Amino acid sequence: MEIIMSILAGILFTAGIYNLLQKQLIRIIIGTGLLSHGAHLFILTMGGLTDGKPPILTDHDSHNYVDPLPQALILTSIVISFGVTSLLLVLAYRAAKENETDNMDQLRGNDYE
Amino acid sequence: MLLIVLLPLIFAFFIPFINKRKEKIHTGYFVLAIPLVIFIYFARHLGTDFEPITQHFAWIPSLHISFDFYLDGLSLLFVLLISGIGSLVTLYSIFYLDKSERLGHFYIYLLMFMSAMLGVVLSDNVFVLYTFWELTSISSFLLIGYWHFNERSRYGALKSMLITVIGGLSMLGGFILLSNITGTTSIQGILSESEMILNHSYLPLIMGLLILGAFTKSAQFPFHIWLPDAMEAPTPVSAYLHSATMVKAGIYLVARMSPLFHGYDWFFIVVGGIGILTLCWASFLAIKQTDLKGILAFSTISQLGMIMTMLGIGTEVAVFAAMFHILNHATFKGSLFMIAGIIDHETGTRDIRKLGGLMTLLPISATLAFFGTFSMAGVPLPFLNGFYSKELFFESTLHGSEYSASFAMFIQHILPWLAVFGSIFTFIYSMYFVFGVFRGKAKIEQLPKKPHEAPIGMLISPIVLIIGVIVIGLFPTIVNSPLLAHAAYAVSGVHEEHHIAYWHGLDAKFLMSLAVVGIGTVLFMTKKKWETLYQKLPTRWTFNRLYDQFVTKIEPFSATITKGYMTGSLRLYTQLIVVAMFIVSIFTLVTSDGFAFLTADPSEIKISELLVAVMMVVAAIGTIVARNNVAAILILGVVGYGLSILFVIYRAPDLALTQLVIETITVALFLLCFYHLPKMKPKQDTVRTKLLNAAISIGFGTLLTLVAISSHSSKWFPSISEYFIETSHTLGGGDNVVNVILVDMRGLDTLFEITVLGIAALGIYSLIKIRRNKEVD
Repeated sequence: MEIIMSILAGILFTAGIYNLLQKQLIRIIIGTGLLSHGAHLFILTMGGLTDGKPPILTDHDSHNYVDPLPQALILTSIVISFGVTSLLLVLAYRAAKENETDNMDQLRGNDYE
Repeated sequence: MLLIVLLPLIFAFFIPFINKRKEKIHTGYFVLAIPLVIFIYFARHLGTDFEPITQHFAWIPSLHISFDFYLDGLSLLFVLLISGIGSLVTLYSIFYLDKSERLGHFYIYLLMFMSAMLGVVLSDNVFVLYTFWELTSISSFLLIGYWHFNERSRYGALKSMLITVIGGLSMLGGFILLSNITGTTSIQGILSESEMILNHSYLPLIMGLLILGAFTKSAQFPFHIWLPDAMEAPTPVSAYLHSATMVKAGIYLVARMSPLFHGYDWFFIVVGGIGILTLCWASFLAIKQTDLKGILAFSTISQLGMIMTMLGIGTEVAVFAAMFHILNHATFKGSLFMIAGIIDHETGTRDIRKLGGLMTLLPISATLAFFGTFSMAGVPLPFLNGFYSKELFFESTLHGSEYSASFAMFIQHILPWLAVFGSIFTFIYSMYFVFGVFRGKAKIEQLPKKPHEAPIGMLISPIVLIIGVIVIGLFPTIVNSPLLAHAAYAVSGVHEEHHIAYWHGLDAKFLMSLAVVGIGTVLFMTKKKWETLYQKLPTRWTFNRLYDQFVTKIEPFSATITKGYMTGSLRLYTQLIVVAMFIVSIFTLVTSDGFAFLTADPSEIKISELLVAVMMVVAAIGTIVARNNVAAILILGVVGYGLSILFVIYRAPDLALTQLVIETITVALFLLCFYHLPKMKPKQDTVRTKLLNAAISIGFGTLLTLVAISSHSSKWFPSISEYFIETSHTLGGGDNVVNVILVDMRGLDTLFEITVLGIAALGIYSLIKIRRNKEVD
């Protein structure tokens, strides 16, 4: 299953990068969303997908739980990427509003930069 | 010795205060004391029983960089030249520069240069030597550009800076190699390891780097081009830096390092060969010049080439002759520059075509110029020092060492002929200089100023120097044992009391001198007839042109390269970054044999997971193919929800919960944002761009998959999570291990993740709220 999940993460990255290379701002942000999904899946897969109980202790003697550490890492990452994505979105909204375009090829610095 | 080396630099700090009163007393009078003190300090060491002196002052002991000073015969000769000519030049500059000039700047630069030059010739530590070496470049740059409102001055300053600094850096490279190989930073220490370096495989590199430094500084072919342009400096500077001292720093370096390369064929081929080439080429070109200082500049280059040749030959006679000529050249060339300055000052022009017949108008200058130029030409008269060193030069070209390389033998054979050839042209330009200015018909009405003899103060310095020419000429042995013998010993390692006498009988070298004078006179008389030869010289491939082309083309060239990839298009940058990442990772994966594929411990494949995975793949591809932005946003939502289902399947309830909520909010945000975006039809990319993007992204995805599989296939250590699970309840007091990790065991992560959210919220708020009003702006 890990291999299938690895391939899935790879496909998510592929789609993310392709979107990142698009012209429209909104597509780029969609790309970053896909990239972070891919990364989260990547972390989860790397932690191992072995069978076990959810990491909520019910039986103190048993050791058959799934690895809780990657989950904690992913949780942190989800929140951070959410913060960044929402900031990006508002930035895109403002940039498109000010420049009256959302085409990356038209968004250039001025001559003095 | 440290104090005496730094004395000019320390005094330079007080110049601005002194300079405030320059209207009453010329600043130069105060400065004059400095080189005089230095001269007297070092003149004490003159004498037959001189022994080298070593002094040590710590600077950076951990890097073995310290102010180690070493005063031997060679350093003493240079130190006396620097301080002696320095005093005379300062005196001359008092009368040359008007009080309306920026005297403070001039003397600060001059004192800076003096310190730097003393440091170069006295340092025993290679890195300290390099430090002072660059300081001479910088102060020379400042002095050449002294009249900075002048376009030609700025050009000359920049040119000399670029060329000498390139040489300086290469010299630093040579020093670093030397100190790495020998394990010492002391020059004397390095010289004592001569055997080790001669047998080292880096020998050609070390010699090449050092010689490049010396050749650029001493204006050897083809780096001589900066010196004629440096003539835009005030004349005292030209006399001091560009004839007597700085241009001899390269000579000093070669002389200092020549014990290291003694007996190495290529040292003779490069130093001797380039030296004689410089001598011939520059003396040939000097006749073409029309500017007095231009003639002197080319003359300096050719004389430096002559000294370089003698150092390249490296026999005892040649080294002695080189030391002798360093002294002689400083005396007559210094005085000639000062006379050129006087002529410029008194007539208003330096153009030799406008000058003529000044003998009766400037009788003292004319007399001095006669002695100076005849000494430079090496005319066999018993009161001219130039003749002796030139004769010794001929002698050293006739009797060189034995070399094994055939090319060295070839140069050895043609050396005397080239020496005579160069000397003939030296004779011609010397005559051209003196007769062109002082003989012929006076064209007083054409001159900008009515000429008259210079003030006595201006004449003192050239008179002193010409007295030096005559005294050494009459009694050549008086400088022999107290000064030159020690200097030659420092270079060749042989105590030689060379007997200098006017008359040796009618031997080969005297015949060579006679030939020079004879052929030179004939050629000078018939100069009008063969002068047209110079017009036939190619102007297209000169080194000046090469330099100009380089300097003017390099900037557009680098601008083209930069514009080639810095297009301002973020898409291109992203492509480049991804491609670079791909190449580096694949290269590492392949070369380190990092790819592994292990199916030993996989979890079983379940249909439900597979279905979710297929759905996510379809959705991910859907975000690309969806024409409509709303559709793309919604499909992205599908991917997110698919991921949260996977979280459920893989028993991560907290993750599933968070992912679900956050995906919902994100999709809502996307839609909100989309609603406000301008309604514009996106322009479609061409098929080629699409294919390129697809190739890049597929490559990257494949790479990540490979990395994931191989890193999963090579697990070396068990996870530390057992500890978290075991102690979650006992230490953390909670049963939800993920939450205990987040707030208890790794609580700092959470703190800063909260900070991230806070900053994002503040950022969003300020993006929306704070506006710079365009009308107000």
